[in-house]
Amino acid sequence: MIATNPSLQNEKPSKNDLNEMLQETSALTWRLFIQLIRRPSTLFAGILQPLIWLLLFAALFSKAPIDFLPGGSSYGEFLGAGLIVFTAFSGALNAGLPLMFDREFGFLNRLLVAPLSSRSSIVISSVIYITSISLLQSFAIMATSALLGYGWPSLGGFLLIAITLLLLIFAITGLSLGLAFVLPGHIELIAIIFIANLPVLFASTALAPISFMPEWLGWIASINPLTFAIEPIRMAYQNSVDLNAVLIYAPYGEVNGYYCLAILLILTVGLFFLIRPLLNRKLA
Amino acid sequence: MFFIQLRDLFKSYGPVMALNGLNLEVPKGSLYGLLGPNGAGKSTALRIICTLLAPDSGYIEVGGRNVLLEEKETRRSLGYVAQEVAIDKILTGRELLQLQGDLYHLDKKYKKKRIEELIHRLDMHEWIDRRCGSFSGGMKRRLDLASGLLHEPELLILDEPTVGLDLESRSVIWGLLKELRNNKTTILLSSHYLEEVDELADEMAIIDKGKVIASGKPDDLKKDLGGDRVTLRVREFSDEVEAESVRKLIKNINGVSNVVVNQKQGYSLNFLVQSNDVISNLSGHLSKENFEVFALSHSRPSLDDVYLQATGKTLMDAELELAGKRDFKLENKKSMR
Repeated sequence: MIATNPSLQNEKPSKNDLNEMLQETSALTWRLFIQLIRRPSTLFAGILQPLIWLLLFAALFSKAPIDFLPGGSSYGEFLGAGLIVFTAFSGALNAGLPLMFDREFGFLNRLLVAPLSSRSSIVISSVIYITSISLLQSFAIMATSALLGYGWPSLGGFLLIAITLLLLIFAITGLSLGLAFVLPGHIELIAIIFIANLPVLFASTALAPISFMPEWLGWIASINPLTFAIEPIRMAYQNSVDLNAVLIYAPYGEVNGYYCLAILLILTVGLFFLIRPLLNRKLA
Repeated sequence: MFFIQLRDLFKSYGPVMALNGLNLEVPKGSLYGLLGPNGAGKSTALRIICTLLAPDSGYIEVGGRNVLLEEKETRRSLGYVAQEVAIDKILTGRELLQLQGDLYHLDKKYKKKRIEELIHRLDMHEWIDRRCGSFSGGMKRRLDLASGLLHEPELLILDEPTVGLDLESRSVIWGLLKELRNNKTTILLSSHYLEEVDELADEMAIIDKGKVIASGKPDDLKKDLGGDRVTLRVREFSDEVEAESVRKLIKNINGVSNVVVNQKQGYSLNFLVQSNDVISNLSGHLSKENFEVFALSHSRPSLDDVYLQATGKTLMDAELELAGKRDFKLENKKSMR
């Protein structure tokens, strides 16, 4: 018998809200991973692009003057931290795309008409997915970087890298999800991703130290969130994790490791509070 | 007992008034049809009932619940099959149903059982494990219907369920809807296909410009017209003055009622006759005023006649008229979250 029968409603097992939320969140997350497994090109492109950068830029600047970089490290070692952060940043910046497509093609309505325990599940599943992918891509860059002889962090350093990346990914994912609800379509979102990606990278310490930059660019790099993620990771590769150490000699003063992490945390929390009303309104 | 009640519902998209004081009462366990041209406000009304849109003002009750106050409980009780089939092209049909089951928090065993039942009933077993991106329109629609029915809703809402479908898919869907109706599931269906509403609906409402202009059982609405429908032309291409003269002439003939000039169809005249004698004598009445019968058709009244009687134009003419006025870009933007 296919017909609906109101009396059967009572026979269905009831679940509490937490279980329901877990069920819907895991189902939505799994859907995103199925998409990735069946269309893995974005995953590989996200790894391949920074790897090409690593190979080409490391070769390009291999004969740079010895005092060009702080601590006398090779350019490949210097660049590694920047590309790890860039990989995470790019991945997180794309977080809003699946949601934007769901908005455009009406799939979001399918989710919104369902009795979700919490509509936060839609956002949480996106955050889990993007965080996993971005971390995976970043660790792939780390592994390749190690194979190329640019070193591997200590356990403490590894932990610091993970925390730093997580903070950055959460912040940028939040921003991207917010944009996915504000912008009218995926063309506009892709345009913003396209415009933001490289300038944000170049205006950070990913490719060159602040001391190498003109003053105006040094100022921009000193307030660029990527810089606050790159420098702790760069330190983590030096096998001496000391968050009291000054990591950024900015035009406005010296910034140590704790400040870097605090700024990333403030950015993450700030963006969360900024986009929360928007998400509440759009998902209400 | 009414399962759905809408009272004084208003909704606008910018300058476009989609709902203009809509009132509707859908009896529990009935298959209720909403008939109207594209752009009449049917989809907006359905989207409001299933909580996808908020009205500007008005009251909505579903299953005794105030929808605006108890959204989640309302969602649990209804299944919604949208006009635009929204499926994930990467997932297989079965995976989409599994996802749907999880969104409705179905138990694993129960979910599996229901999915198998629906695959069997909607004849989807041959293609259900293929990716949705390869499905035809009919397959997508069947899958969408299965999604809407997975959690055994008390109320099934279908927005233009068979638009653009092949005959086989339409037949499968109609068969299922009849089965559901016989099992007393409340079904609210919008359509601009007259024969669909005529064939399926226990009761119906005609919507025009965001409000109900006629409602009742399809047969009663047709009977209420009071006779057979006649379409008359006195010339191939008549004009307004001539049509008006003929209208004045024939409205005074005994046994003729509801004379309407149909401007969109070359100023033809549509009216009702109580007996065949009236038609036999029509030519004589016209010739007295030097008019001739150029073309005359006579038929049992249809829902289109009901629509024509209420609005002065056929459903197709109304659609053409509305299609030119609608701002689809604005509507899409407003309906997108």
